[in-house]
Amino acid sequence: MLQLTRLHQTFHPGTPSEVRALSGLDLHIAPGAFVIVLGMNGSGKSTLMNAIAGSFIPDEGEVVLDRQEITHWPEHQRAGMIGRVFQNPFSGTAPDLSILENFALASRRGRSRGLEFALSRTLREEVAERVRGLNMKLEERLDTPIGTLSGGQRQALTLLMATWIKPKLLLLDEHTAALDPKTAAQIIEISCERIERDRLTTLMVTHSMEQALELGDRLVMMHRGRIAYDFSREEKTGLSRTDLLRLFDQARACD
Amino acid sequence: MTLLFGALSVGLILSLLSLGVLVSYRLFGIPDITADGTITLGASVTAVCCMHGIDPFVATGLGTAAGAVAGSLTGILHTRFKINALLSGILMMTALYSVNLRVMGSSNLPLMQYKTLASMGEGRWRRLLGEEGVLLLGWKVSAGEVALLIGVVVIVALVGLALYRFFRSHLGIAMIATGNNAQMVRALGGNVERNIVIGLALSNGLIALGGSLLAQYQGFADVQMGIGMIIWGLASVIIGEALTGSSTLGMRLIGAVIGSVVFRLLVAIALRWGLNPNDLKLITAVFVFLALVLPAYFRRKRRRMAPSAPAPAEKAEPVGS
Repeated sequence: MLQLTRLHQTFHPGTPSEVRALSGLDLHIAPGAFVIVLGMNGSGKSTLMNAIAGSFIPDEGEVVLDRQEITHWPEHQRAGMIGRVFQNPFSGTAPDLSILENFALASRRGRSRGLEFALSRTLREEVAERVRGLNMKLEERLDTPIGTLSGGQRQALTLLMATWIKPKLLLLDEHTAALDPKTAAQIIEISCERIERDRLTTLMVTHSMEQALELGDRLVMMHRGRIAYDFSREEKTGLSRTDLLRLFDQARACD
Repeated sequence: MTLLFGALSVGLILSLLSLGVLVSYRLFGIPDITADGTITLGASVTAVCCMHGIDPFVATGLGTAAGAVAGSLTGILHTRFKINALLSGILMMTALYSVNLRVMGSSNLPLMQYKTLASMGEGRWRRLLGEEGVLLLGWKVSAGEVALLIGVVVIVALVGLALYRFFRSHLGIAMIATGNNAQMVRALGGNVERNIVIGLALSNGLIALGGSLLAQYQGFADVQMGIGMIIWGLASVIIGEALTGSSTLGMRLIGAVIGSVVFRLLVAIALRWGLNPNDLKLITAVFVFLALVLPAYFRRKRRRMAPSAPAPAEKAEPVGS
């Protein structure tokens, strides 16, 4: 589904603050796979997400999604194929717009937006139906500005919005890192439910060893802008937290 | 009474300006000073068209379209060439000053003897109500003034409804979201740059329509008529927000219109009491300054008095549900 070939990206080249964020990264993700990306700060996880989403065009390399070469596509054009949930729970929604209006936006992801009435009765019913599934009682508040909701609620809604139209690829960018543990667990549960139900090809970045070990059917560990370790589902089940820590130390020792 | 009618009509006409400022400043956060140029552009294009015997409706439409083009150019300067939004507006405003002089061919064009929307409306109502006018609440009002006020009310109502409907369409919602959270709009496949260009075109189209109607109402177009108008618009928007105090879309639109009318009435009263017209812009600027600064000042003061008050919700800290 997703094929990344020899991606290179250097920020601020030729200056003292030069950062080689990606150095020859290769990654292939099969359709329907749920891949966890684990890495230390500065290992290039976020840069990887941004390269896939199109926030910048990489210096070198190729991005292929669903057999289409999208390396030079701008972000908004790729968005038709990619659903994304950010780390900051406030990044995924427009605070002044109501819940319903936010979903109206999501219902046109990657499609043209014209002058037709956006808040139709059918959309309202469908949103109420799906939002009810969150068990947050938000279906009664579809007309309240989304900015009045809590971070957890907004992140849950962002997840629904990102998957409203089935994306070819779902990017979860440390999307529970800014939440308290209880809310984070709730969001993880909703994420897994969405991913399983629609068999979404998913790339999830996380800091959490627990999430890395429990979730997904493949685990890749990033270090210095490339994939350092790659575990399949079978290999992953044998791993423990201490194994992961030891691998990180090993990778660092190789520098 | 004549004073009241005049203030109401001009206030309503200039509410198109405040609606335009509402779009550029409140939705996109861009203090778009192109407004100073486009209000004159709308006036000058319409004036020249009327002088050439073009149908006043078409002339008004052309003036509006010219404003929209100017606004989209500001948007392109800002998004395509990455020029600071304020500077983009200043560039366009400066360029438009020459454009307006070119269009008009002189610095002032009288319209009294030509057919305009104002003369059409006045003529029709004079035939309907008779030459001497009507009694309204015991006051004698000329038919022409009633006609103009009603005409302006109808136009502003239509524009307001159209705007309201627009902001509930897919494109309109995407535009509000663009000013709110551009990152999210991009992630949902919206073209942020294009939305800003369309938004500034819409904003300046509204403002040019205001200029076009103002020229037809007062019977002349003048190259100086746009100076400081962005501040007028801002003042109106701020008054409107203070009066309606609500953030729903409908109330914001209504607030901008009411704000403009109230502001115009205040100005008319102040001038009546002997305020020197030359001081008007200074006073407006001071007013806008206070309106921008005071709310934050009072909020800080209140927080200092009640230290346990909850912090603003919009912070990227761990938040529970």
